[in-house]
Amino acid sequence: MAEIKCIDLCKSYQQGDAVIKALDHVSLDIGPGSFVCLSGPSGSGKTTLLNMIGGLDELDKGEISIDGQRVDLLAKGPLADLRLNHIGFVFQAYNLIPVLTAQENVEFVMQVQGVPTGERRKKSIAILREVGLEGMENRRPAQLSGGQQQRVAVARAIVSQPKLVLADEPTANLDSISAKHLMELFQELNENHGVTFIISTHDERVMRYARRLVKMQDGRVIEDLEQVPE
Amino acid sequence: MSGTSRLPLGAMTRMAWRNLWRNHRRTLIMLLAISVGVWAMIFMTALMRGMVDQMIEDGIDSLPGFVQIHNPEFQDDPSVENSLPEPGPELLRALQNPEVTGWTTRVRVPAMISSERDSRGATLLGVDPEGEVALGFDPESIVEGRFLQGPDDNGLVIGRKLLDRLETDLGKRIVVMSQDSENEIADRGFRIVGVYKGKLAALEETYIYAGRSTVQSLLNMGSEVSEIAIKGHDYRDTGRLFEVVKQAAGKEVEVKTWAELDSYLGLMLGVMDGFVLVWVVVIFLALSFGLVNTLMMAVFERVREFGLMQALGMKPSAIMYQVLLESVMLLLLGLLAGNLLAIFSIWPIQDGIDLSVVAQGMEMMGVSSILYPALKLKDIVLANVVVIFLGILTSLLPAWRASQYRPVEAIAKT
Repeated sequence: MAEIKCIDLCKSYQQGDAVIKALDHVSLDIGPGSFVCLSGPSGSGKTTLLNMIGGLDELDKGEISIDGQRVDLLAKGPLADLRLNHIGFVFQAYNLIPVLTAQENVEFVMQVQGVPTGERRKKSIAILREVGLEGMENRRPAQLSGGQQQRVAVARAIVSQPKLVLADEPTANLDSISAKHLMELFQELNENHGVTFIISTHDERVMRYARRLVKMQDGRVIEDLEQVPE
Repeated sequence: MSGTSRLPLGAMTRMAWRNLWRNHRRTLIMLLAISVGVWAMIFMTALMRGMVDQMIEDGIDSLPGFVQIHNPEFQDDPSVENSLPEPGPELLRALQNPEVTGWTTRVRVPAMISSERDSRGATLLGVDPEGEVALGFDPESIVEGRFLQGPDDNGLVIGRKLLDRLETDLGKRIVVMSQDSENEIADRGFRIVGVYKGKLAALEETYIYAGRSTVQSLLNMGSEVSEIAIKGHDYRDTGRLFEVVKQAAGKEVEVKTWAELDSYLGLMLGVMDGFVLVWVVVIFLALSFGLVNTLMMAVFERVREFGLMQALGMKPSAIMYQVLLESVMLLLLGLLAGNLLAIFSIWPIQDGIDLSVVAQGMEMMGVSSILYPALKLKDIVLANVVVIFLGILTSLLPAWRASQYRPVEAIAKT
């Protein structure tokens, strides 16, 4: 379980002569075991907020802490350790390592963590079965469809049961059945294992699974609602 | 779980291997460049080493021996006055030392040699033929007639070139004139009993051989000699031999190694190792541009992947290791191919390459017309170490570059 506190986050990008405010004084408290969906139009700041929480980008201003640990103050090394051991990422584009097979991609994080081979194999085969990729373990990303690649990326993010999963449009390339299956898997991990999920999405079907819905626009939080999930 | 933020070596190696072959053509071109570079380093070094070794060996065999004993004044004034007695008992004992493989005494004086048609300046050598052969004189180099048969042989052996210059022939009489121990002109008629072909052209015109006792008698020297020449096991390592001889010879005489006696040859040996290093480094520098370019290309193509690895928790240093490992793998493959190429291209020519087409030019440098490549382990090791060491150094820039991307920017790259 992870408790996330975001206080007065600001981030601007220079685009030609214009300054784009990607995050404009965003403050957010996300309790342990939450299931949060960030929604809003493109350019509203959802992905930037996920990147900031995951320590992938630097803030202009503000504070982020995960379980009391200030993410924005961490050096590259400790930040890498935090991501490795506590955060699972699912990116908008599938982002798999092209020279590794599906199973090796799933095992990648566990390998870096130093998980013994036997345990790694067992977990990776089980999670691939769970995301519907049984029999495709030895295929390289180029031999998988977009949806299959996304499922590998999801499997990689959740296989070592991090306390926080940051997912950017995880169902963007999935058919409705696969998307439903994936969201049920997220829900199960959230409810039974206490994994905190923060998901950025445009997909109404995904939003229905969230217990909290945060709407963003122009880098600001415009609505923050609690809801009863499906 | 704390983790090492780095893949285990086996997984890193597997990934590096697969990454290498992502772009077959580029990797093969780079491998070809490295292996040809390494081949050039080793092959050319073997040729140069062979040429210099032969130059030195021919030079040493052509008179000096490894160590020589002289009267201290002899180097400045090589006349009969500056001679020295035959080896005493202490020196004779030292010459039985296992470090000594052969020794001889010589009379060496400047002389004038005249035929019916011409006269030339030469160096008259009064030698013990058995001792000369032990020191390196090749009896096979006698192309006409015979070599001397003993120290009291009355015949004269001269070089082919000198014979031609004097317009004389085998069996004809010539006059040799020099200065005796009382500074009087001493001359004597000799019959030419043998003609030799020298390994070095210059020596053929300079040295004439007569029996030592005959020359001693001509110059009224009694039993005195001009030099004592001693040979050992390895001309590169004359230290112990020099010490043994120096200790036994006493302080009244001067003991010098071949490198001191022939400073040109000595310098060649000293300079060769440095020259090989410079040669290897120069080839590597040419190679390094290709290596850096290849690695940089490989890094730029995979920016997104490096960003992803960082996002998943790999530390920048681990990404640097990953790129360095790929570079080391490329270098090792190139080295393997280059070494094999060099060994298998030197193998068929180990019996020598006939350079007689350019032999005249080679002889001017003191090299004979057959070149024997000398493949030395230390040269192979040097080439390999330089390529690996400088290769890793050269790869540091692309590797560092790969580790410095900010994950969010790298992942956004298409």
